[in-house]
Amino acid sequence: MNISDYKGVMVFAEQRRGTVQKIAYELLGVGRRIADTLEEPLLALLVGHGLPDSAAAELIAQGADTVVVVDDPALEVYMTEPYAKAMTAAIERYKPGIVFTGATTIGRDLAPRVSARVRTGLTADCTGLEIEDGTRNLLMTRPAFGGNIMATIVCPEHRPQMSTVRPGVMRRLERDDSRKGSVEKLAVKIEAKDKNVEILEVVVEKAAKKNIEEANVLISGGRGLGNLDNFNKLQGVADELGGLVSASRAVVDAGWVGQDRQVGQTGKTVRPDVYFACGISGMIQHVAGMEDSDFIVAINKNSAAPIFEYADVGIVADINKVVPALVEELKAAKAAR
Amino acid sequence: MNIVVCMKQVPDTTEVKIDPVTGTLIREGIPSIINPDDKGGLEAALALKDELGAKVTVLSMGPPQADLALREALAMGADEAVLLSDRAFGGADTWATSTTIAAALRKLGFDLIVCGRQAIDGDTAQVGPQIAEHLGLPHVSYVSELEATEGAVTVKRVFEDGYQRIKVKLPCLLTALKDMNKPRYMSVAGIFDAYKREVKVWGLADIEVDQDNIGLKGSPTRVKKSFTKGVKSAGKVYEVDAKEGARIIVEALKEKYVI
Repeated sequence: MNISDYKGVMVFAEQRRGTVQKIAYELLGVGRRIADTLEEPLLALLVGHGLPDSAAAELIAQGADTVVVVDDPALEVYMTEPYAKAMTAAIERYKPGIVFTGATTIGRDLAPRVSARVRTGLTADCTGLEIEDGTRNLLMTRPAFGGNIMATIVCPEHRPQMSTVRPGVMRRLERDDSRKGSVEKLAVKIEAKDKNVEILEVVVEKAAKKNIEEANVLISGGRGLGNLDNFNKLQGVADELGGLVSASRAVVDAGWVGQDRQVGQTGKTVRPDVYFACGISGMIQHVAGMEDSDFIVAINKNSAAPIFEYADVGIVADINKVVPALVEELKAAKAAR
Repeated sequence: MNIVVCMKQVPDTTEVKIDPVTGTLIREGIPSIINPDDKGGLEAALALKDELGAKVTVLSMGPPQADLALREALAMGADEAVLLSDRAFGGADTWATSTTIAAALRKLGFDLIVCGRQAIDGDTAQVGPQIAEHLGLPHVSYVSELEATEGAVTVKRVFEDGYQRIKVKLPCLLTALKDMNKPRYMSVAGIFDAYKREVKVWGLADIEVDQDNIGLKGSPTRVKKSFTKGVKSAGKVYEVDAKEGARIIVEALKEKYVI
């Protein structure tokens, strides 16, 4: 392998049912920065069938220099082998130095398969991506040991340098319709033998699967909310932040919400990016399940509540007044963007 | 049916603590467990064995003490256990690990390979699909339900926004989610028996693999440095009215790039 033959950044533009997923734009955001640092092009790889021209145009508006489209009827619904074949073909044809894929249930299936095929390294769930001065290698930083330590990984002698990035970690660019780019079709022959599994049924559920352990933002409610009606209002905050509602044991015991939403020693251990403790006093059994959250917001009318010792931001006020005010502020912040 | 379950012994990361003074990982006294997704895969394999009759072999790669995880699997009902353990395998990233395990699987033979989706110490979810690639097998990851049909398995494959039912012919590889079942306990007789049974230990000489493709030397990636995120400093508490409180929270979220 001659490393100097590999240039540019390629982003896998994941689409589902013809809709390019947000993660694709987030990857273009970080990809643009890296490509500019290297002074190399940014490519978006769009794999599917019968995708509208607007999909490629949007990828250009959000940062891509070139959109590589692989279109085949076999690529309409995600299936590992046909997609792996398409991605491998794109890597062989364009020889990117770097490939980013979303750490979604598709990206985490596809990227390892492709990395094994092209014999290169893959770093999962990167939260930091930088170019090293001098070597121009990609520095890939990721959490390990359940988020207890961070490791910076390099892939010095193989190309492309591949990483996956979780949704919500990177910032997309401001979209710009005046941005210029090209669209190229890449023909990849998908044969019958490549369809090595048989999809019997495809079921789309309205809401994404709600697992509080995987949520980036949790709005957690406690006894201090007073009643079920007030607890249910937390959903408004969760909706604004794309998070989930979770609860203390007292709330679960009261039957306001199911046990699958319980945080704490007898519930689940969570480590979201942001954890809201709403009317939760912060008993040690609860804290044990959430203290490693990246950023903790506590709201409680009792200034002596132990939860404030763990909070990054604490608000001493009536939670049932803060919730509607917060929903309003969040809506205003969104509108202003 | 010949089922091989690939397992990893991992530190229970929910028990891992950071030393508040030095900011380093406290490793002492952390219990080792069978990786939860792998245990789900093992239970699924044992359920197939109960239902249809199958031979279940458990395979792990790690230091000699990983033997303990394999004995736990024997006590749960696995028939055979193999531990890949050799200094030459050390320092491997997912590419080199999957290459080593694939070589052992070639020697063992299989109809169905079951891995956990991901290990809690690394969370990469890479080794399963990479083993399948090295062996030229189809794979399905994120499996939450499994049933065997004639010469094939039918599985439920989970996505963020739904699921697929997929039929895949044997031989193939699946990666299992811990939520797919509730693993059985070890039986008392099983525990007693497990300590009398043999855990085969295979080293470099026991498998056919190119030495350039294993261990640290065979790994495309390198850890350049590792560090802790640092100890958290105390936060700020504001006694304000609800509206001001909401404003403070939104400002903080903006700073954190949450919004």
